[in-house]
Amino acid sequence: MKQYVMGNGAIALGALAAGVNLISGYPGTPSSEIIETVHKFPHEGVHLEWSVNEKAALEVAASAAYSGARTLVTMKQVGLNVASDPLMSLAYVGVKGGMVIVSADDPGPISSQTEQDTRRFADFCRIPVFDPSSPEEAYEMIQDAFEYSEKYQTPVLFRPTTRVCHAYASIDVDISNGPKSYEGFVKDSSKWVIFPRLSYANHGKIEARNVTIGEDFSTYRYNTSEGTNSTKAVIASGVSYEYAKEFMKSYPDYKLIKISTAFPFPEPFVLKELEGVSEVICIEELSPYIEEQLLRVVGKHHLALNVSGKLNGLVPHNGENSANQVANILSSFLGLENNAQSIDLSDMPSLPVRPPVLCAGCPHRGSFYAVKVAMKGKKAFYCGDIGCYTLGNAMPLDMVDTCLCMGSGVTMAQGFNWTHEDAQCFAFIGDSTFFASGITGVVNAVYNDANMILCVLDNSTTAMTGHQPHPGTGINLMDNIVDKVDITKVLEGLGVKKIITVDPLNLKASVDAVNECASIKGVKAIIFKSPCIAITKPTGKMTVDSDKCINCKKCIREIGCPALITIDGNVTIDTNLCTGCGLCSQLCPTEAIGGKK
Amino acid sequence: MNKDIMICGVGGQGTVLASKIIAAAAMDEGNAVHSAETIGMAQRGGSVTSHVRVGEAYSPLIPYGSADLIISFEPAEAVRNLIYLKKDGIVITNSVPTKPVTASISASEYNGVEMVNYLNTKCKVITVNSDDVCSEFGSNKFFNIAILGVAVGSGRLGISKETILKEIEARVPAKFIEVNKAAFEAGLKIGESYEA
Ligand SMILES: Cc1ncc(C[n+]2csc(CCOP(=O)(O)OP(=O)(O)O)c2C)c(N)n1
Ligand code: SF4
Ligand code: SF4
Repeated sequence: MKQYVMGNGAIALGALAAGVNLISGYPGTPSSEIIETVHKFPHEGVHLEWSVNEKAALEVAASAAYSGARTLVTMKQVGLNVASDPLMSLAYVGVKGGMVIVSADDPGPISSQTEQDTRRFADFCRIPVFDPSSPEEAYEMIQDAFEYSEKYQTPVLFRPTTRVCHAYASIDVDISNGPKSYEGFVKDSSKWVIFPRLSYANHGKIEARNVTIGEDFSTYRYNTSEGTNSTKAVIASGVSYEYAKEFMKSYPDYKLIKISTAFPFPEPFVLKELEGVSEVICIEELSPYIEEQLLRVVGKHHLALNVSGKLNGLVPHNGENSANQVANILSSFLGLENNAQSIDLSDMPSLPVRPPVLCAGCPHRGSFYAVKVAMKGKKAFYCGDIGCYTLGNAMPLDMVDTCLCMGSGVTMAQGFNWTHEDAQCFAFIGDSTFFASGITGVVNAVYNDANMILCVLDNSTTAMTGHQPHPGTGINLMDNIVDKVDITKVLEGLGVKKIITVDPLNLKASVDAVNECASIKGVKAIIFKSPCIAITKPTGKMTVDSDKCINCKKCIREIGCPALITIDGNVTIDTNLCTGCGLCSQLCPTEAIGGKK
Repeated sequence: MNKDIMICGVGGQGTVLASKIIAAAAMDEGNAVHSAETIGMAQRGGSVTSHVRVGEAYSPLIPYGSADLIISFEPAEAVRNLIYLKKDGIVITNSVPTKPVTASISASEYNGVEMVNYLNTKCKVITVNSDDVCSEFGSNKFFNIAILGVAVGSGRLGISKETILKEIEARVPAKFIEVNKAAFEAGLKIGESYEA
């Protein structure tokens, strides 16, 4: 059956084709559509879940893999940081059923905090990693990954990058076999309980095994070589291989080597392919991983080989590669002509910058604005966190002073409390982030007697990553309606003294709530509760009464809703964007804005 | 057929549906198709692009100087992506600007006119006014289908009207099929008037 699917869809369908039994993960761009695809396709007999975070996802899958089941875990690259504690240990213990951990890297970065490289993580954990270059390849390679995982009884990493995850191709798919049968867990504490003695013994075995895997990978079907002219060669991996191929298709003689398994490094294969080559360039993204492996091989075997790439400045360290940039690099490295020609744009007018912003009608806008109004003229610090609400940093709200990683806002507000006892310290956290990694931070605040105001921005969804359900929504991926985990009750149970729930689109009530919390010592919480407009389909509209409007532009200057625009200098509401949230009408000094909510 | 088509605009304008329809229709006509979308942070009002590559292609993104056609939902976004256009390529663009919040706050007079003028000095351009085409449908959310009509009408898309219509019907909610078809026809007329 031919399917036109995204790379992430190809990964999902490949896992189903491999007979996967359990899939867990936590949303994160560019990985989220893997689990969403499984949810849309037939997958009877497969346990599917959005876990509360990546660590939970990996642990759920680990014991299932101890049972002999095939398991898939999905996350974005920074999710692997969260899951790294169980992963490091699991690498020593190993698995019985095939376990593939997809960690999607994001060169650019396009939608991420870091430009980390999952291949380094694989090396650090001493487990194999697969690096597909296209959706077509991803569909096949994920099935190989399950085979290798079972063959060597180890979890394996699979790391696509954004341009593979979000590219579409048409793929021949067969998922008719359904999930595999498996033996079940066989108790053996000498195998499944990690102890120093076990780690010592397994460490030695793992290093020996990795040499074998490096040899095995030397004949792996996606470690390939094309072209015979071998004075200069190109080595590429992932989507960079496709960029290189786009240029080199006109020069098929030149040697192009693709490495799809960076760790364990397929040394015999690379040695053979580089025979007679005197100069090689590595085209890869994120870190110079393959380049460093080559330098190691050059040293070990005393090769007369010049290695170029990121380390000698021919390829940039940061950002993503692109077809034209790779064409430029290769044409100068190989001394070939680059035929690409585009229109001369040297006289281009300056373009409007377009940073991402909160949607028109986003309830987060009201939450930030209420705190801003209440704290006007007072000393306050605003610790942000990861989600759509990070966009509260943009002008004119300017309400995010720090943002580090998921869940960090709650605890960072406490640090500021200890260094600035005269300031009000706020933490803004989304509902999904609260469940993922905010709760322990609240325990820390209660236990250590901090003064802080926790603002939970409860929009009933995980918006930034594409509106996935979470424990507060009462819907899970087995399509069961379950009890909602109630944020208020959680906070009460943790010992938070003052908890106020308020509608952020009610400006006065929200400002009052902030003021009330600010007057009390200890850990206080405001739950700003109003759904994301993308899951509610609002139909109201507001309009500006031009007779009443004095054109002071306070609405535009204060809240920056994208629906508030000026046409010929007059304030107008773009009815294509306005959701009728009514926030602007509550701050207009002449009550010129009205309409249907 | 070998064709590179870029669709660009501002997050929230419905570019993804337009590109999916083009990709699916090109496949229906027996072509190999690759495409790529902007997904993530930029979907919240940032610059977004979809790359549709019909025929032989390796890079999922269109290389600079290689797009046969740019379909832009916003005039400045057409200029931003002009580097992708072939020397004899064509741009179909909305003339109605989307003003970024930063421009509204600084009271900048960005109104798109300068962008359209610039495009006209560089390549063949078809402009469409989204407010005008969509006025009879009560919302600009049908513009993505209208501009597809323009592309088909211009004769530069290389995909038949029937195939595109079939994919529109398959991909929009049942109760909106008629209005989307009307939007498509409205665009088609505009495109045809430019043909030559
Ligand atoms: C460790 C980690 N995992 C996943 C992500 C991806 N991610 C970005 S924002 C977000 C959650 C957003 O949901 P929520 O907190 O409810 O805020 P909203 O976007 O709905 O405003 C996630 C999971 C990440 N940045 N870091
Ligand atoms: S009511 Fe005002 S603030 Fe709300 S979406 Fe409409 S213009 Fe924006
Ligand atoms: S998607 Fe939802 S939460 Fe995100 S900015 Fe838009 S309205 Fe706000």
